[in-house]
Amino acid sequence: MAEPRPPVRRRDLEAVEIDLLAEGIYEAYGFDFRRYSRPSFRRRIWRRVEAEGLSSISELLARVLHDPPCMQRFLSDLSVNVSAMFRDPAFFRVFRAKVVPLLRTYPFVRIWNAGCSTGEETLSVAIVLKEAGLYDRTRIYATDMSEATVEQARTLTYPINKMREYTANYIEAGGTRSFSEYYAADGERVMFHPSLAENVVFAQHNLVTDRSFNEFHVILCRNVMIYFDRVLQEHVHKLLYDSLTHFGVLGLGGRETIELVSHRDAYVPLDETARLYRKVA
Amino acid sequence: MTTGCGIVAMGASWGGVHALGVVLAAVPADLPAPVVIAQHRGEDGPAGLAPVLGRRSALRVVEATDKQAMRAGHAYLAPPGYHLLVERGALALSTDEKERFSRPSIDVLFDSVASAYAEEAIGVILTGASDDGAAGLARIRHSGGLTVVQEPATAERRRMPDAALAAVNAHRILALDEIAPFLVKVCAEGGP
Repeated sequence: MAEPRPPVRRRDLEAVEIDLLAEGIYEAYGFDFRRYSRPSFRRRIWRRVEAEGLSSISELLARVLHDPPCMQRFLSDLSVNVSAMFRDPAFFRVFRAKVVPLLRTYPFVRIWNAGCSTGEETLSVAIVLKEAGLYDRTRIYATDMSEATVEQARTLTYPINKMREYTANYIEAGGTRSFSEYYAADGERVMFHPSLAENVVFAQHNLVTDRSFNEFHVILCRNVMIYFDRVLQEHVHKLLYDSLTHFGVLGLGGRETIELVSHRDAYVPLDETARLYRKVA
Repeated sequence: MTTGCGIVAMGASWGGVHALGVVLAAVPADLPAPVVIAQHRGEDGPAGLAPVLGRRSALRVVEATDKQAMRAGHAYLAPPGYHLLVERGALALSTDEKERFSRPSIDVLFDSVASAYAEEAIGVILTGASDDGAAGLARIRHSGGLTVVQEPATAERRRMPDAALAAVNAHRILALDEIAPFLVKVCAEGGP
């Protein structure tokens, strides 16, 4: 007769619960979090457990399965990539100096802002291109896995109390106009000028489960893949590679490295510090 | 029951650059565990802290890169504007909301350390004018790890060690210059 197995330890139980949650969501809803970076995924799970007034991950699993609005809330948690306009101003300075001149050589420019969250980065790029006189021949595809997040991005509205930070970022990023020209205040919110979104297509797209949908001259996917494990990073890098034109530019977050990815040899740095790479093979 | 020395996690705020310098300068290159550090600093501050600390230390002090493998003999600093987290053997970054007005957050780092390393974790709270780190240190304690708090009287700002001591029955309360020798001893002997 088999010996009874010793009880599993608490942290192993937690790992089991996380696996079951990811598996359950995948089976029931098709969203695939099974290869999300575990430390961040775990943290966001516990935040949702607490926000729902629950006490365990298993309880959250039961609730997301039986209560689709709870799944939507959890999806919003997982989708929101806390961002700021002109976050990492040095990146946008380099973008102006090194990417914009490349784009001038194209008659028409397609940019993919992959994982656009609520649109802060998308509008930052739109502003840079406006100021460079390139916006009218550009189309920016801004995608996020959450329809609710994309819907929020489409409103072009942000809390007014963020404008001080965004203005400082804009100036540090090399902006030369008055940042307030780009938005109109309305109580506690501001709305950015609709002309900034004229050539922006906001759409739902899931980097994990959806395919490439076009070829782009620039893909920005910054601080999105930090939420994925290395296997999933590899998968998404292939998708991005397949979606870039030859000599297209890939922009990553400032603390991401392309060195761990098998496509690294297909790129040369356009600016290593800004994590801007050119596809050359 | 602590079993020593899988990882050393340190959290510091106000006065932390000096305090970390003192600790890191006294840690030998053959410390058998990687060191991970959350030091509060400005979002867009210069990325010059790693070389400053590295010059004084036998460890290789670097700013963390996402999914980087951790190695003994290295100290990994949370980059400004990111939370640093760990899983077993590797670093992870996030840009989630600030916690207690901080990103990097000591609580976020320590919570991930407790989850990934349990009784093999050592958590150290140094000087700071913040309550950050107290909850994280409690998580390390609760998961069976070893907890160390800088003696508040030796801290440039004592609020953070005081908050940690209010939250945790710490294993050791040590003067700044006693911390590195204690870590070396624990890692050599496999227990406090």
